[in-house]
Amino acid sequence: MARKAVVDRRKCAYCGACVAVCPADANELVETFLEIYDDKCTGCSICVKMCPMGALAIVEVE
Amino acid sequence: MYDVVVVGAGPAGSMAAKTAAEQGLNVLLVEKRQEIGTPVRCAEGISRESIEKFFEVDKKWIAAEVIGAKIYAPDKTEIVMSEEMAGNEVGYVLERKIFDRHVARLAARAGAEVYVKTAMVDFERRDGKVKLKLRRLGEEWEVETKILIGADGVESKIGRKAGIIRTLKLNEVESCAQYLMTGLDIDENYTYFYLGRETAPGGYAWIFPKGNGSANVGIGVLPRMAEKTAKEYLDAFIEKEGIEGKIIEFVAGAVPVYGEIETAVADNIMLAGDAAYHADPITGGGIANALSAGYYAGKVAAEAVQKNDFSASFLRRYDELWKNDFGKRLRRNKKLQLKFIDMDDAVLNKLAGAIAGKNLREMSVAAIVKELLKAHPKLLWDLKDLF
Repeated sequence: MARKAVVDRRKCAYCGACVAVCPADANELVETFLEIYDDKCTGCSICVKMCPMGALAIVEVE
Repeated sequence: MYDVVVVGAGPAGSMAAKTAAEQGLNVLLVEKRQEIGTPVRCAEGISRESIEKFFEVDKKWIAAEVIGAKIYAPDKTEIVMSEEMAGNEVGYVLERKIFDRHVARLAARAGAEVYVKTAMVDFERRDGKVKLKLRRLGEEWEVETKILIGADGVESKIGRKAGIIRTLKLNEVESCAQYLMTGLDIDENYTYFYLGRETAPGGYAWIFPKGNGSANVGIGVLPRMAEKTAKEYLDAFIEKEGIEGKIIEFVAGAVPVYGEIETAVADNIMLAGDAAYHADPITGGGIANALSAGYYAGKVAAEAVQKNDFSASFLRRYDELWKNDFGKRLRRNKKLQLKFIDMDDAVLNKLAGAIAGKNLREMSVAAIVKELLKAHPKLLWDLKDLF
C-alpha cells in the first residue's frame, strides 16, 4: 500500500497551483490538463493543501 | 538554430520575445495553451505608470480606470487612498485576454515566430547551447537555441530543471480563486481590498471593477494558514459582504509571495515573471514586474548574442537590471508580508483605525506603511528603516 495524490478532473480548474508546490515534481500541467505521475508522487499532501478548488485528495493505492 | 526561444506567452514571455526580436534576433515564442491570454489566473490590476512605461494605452485592453483604492480592516474600518483630481486615474484594470494577445502580436510583428498549443517537453544544455524538445498535437520535434527564456509561470519547469528556483513552500505562495461577476452595484472608480484572518488568512480578498457593473471578485489565502480551500473562502466572503451579482467566469491560480531570488539565470537560461517569483509579495501584483523583467531579458539576450557569450556569468547582467529595478522592493515587501501575516484581526483593526480618515494621496504600499509608522511606531519598529 502507498499513498498517492489523485485529481478529480471535474473539480480541477487547470491552474497549475499544485505544480508550483510539489516537492517531487510529480504534477504537471500538460497543455490544459493536470497529470499526476504516480511513480514520483510521495503522497505528501502538500498539493491537497494548495489546491484552490479542493480537487486533489490522497488515497491509498495497491 | 534560434538565438532565443521563449517559453510562455504571458506578459513576461511576449515582452522578452518582442524586445529580442526588435534587436534583430531570431526568436521563437512558444505557448502551451491553444489561446494566448486565457485562462487569466490574474486580478488584472496594474498601476498606470507601469503600463505606460512600455505601451501606448489602447482602450481595447483596458477594462476600467480607477482613481484609488479602498482598504477594509476586519471591523470594516475604511482606508481610502486616492488622487483627488478628476482625470488622475492611477490604475488600470486590464482585459488580459486582449492585452496578452496584443503583446504577443507585437512580438510577432517584430519578427518573432509564435507557436501556440505547443509545449516544451524537455530541454538539455549541450555544447554551449540548448536543445529543446517541443510537442504539438502529439508530435514531438527538437529545436536548438543559444538562449532559453523561461517565462513559464509559477509552475516553471525550466527554472526547476535548471536548478535556478526551488519549489515554493506553503507559506511562500497564495492559493487564489476569482469570479468575474456582473450586475454589481459598486463605485467603479476604486479597487477594494478586504483584510482579515477570518476572511482571507495570510492574504486578502479583492474587488477590481471591470466596467459596466462587472468586476473581478477574488481571494488569495496562504495555504499554511488556511483551513479550507480558496474557493470556499471566496464564497464565504461574497456571502458575508452581501455581494450580489452573477458569476460569468471562474479562475483559480497560485501567486508566488517568495520575495527576491538570488539569481534568475543559469548557463544559457534566464527566467522572467512568475517563473522567477517576480510577483510582489504584499500585493501579489505580477504584471508590472513581468513586463520589466521580460524587457530586460530581451535586451540582455541581444547583448549575449552580440558577444557570443551565453554563460551564467554574462547573463548576470540581467540579474543586475531586474534587481536594480524592483529587487529591493521585492525584499522590502517580503519583510512587510511576513509582518502582516503575523497580525491578528485586533492588530489590523487598531492599525487601520489609526490612519482611517487620513488623506492618503499616493496609492502605494509605502504610503500606507509610512502613515502606520507615524501612528504606531512600536508595532512596526523593525520596518522603520525600510520605508
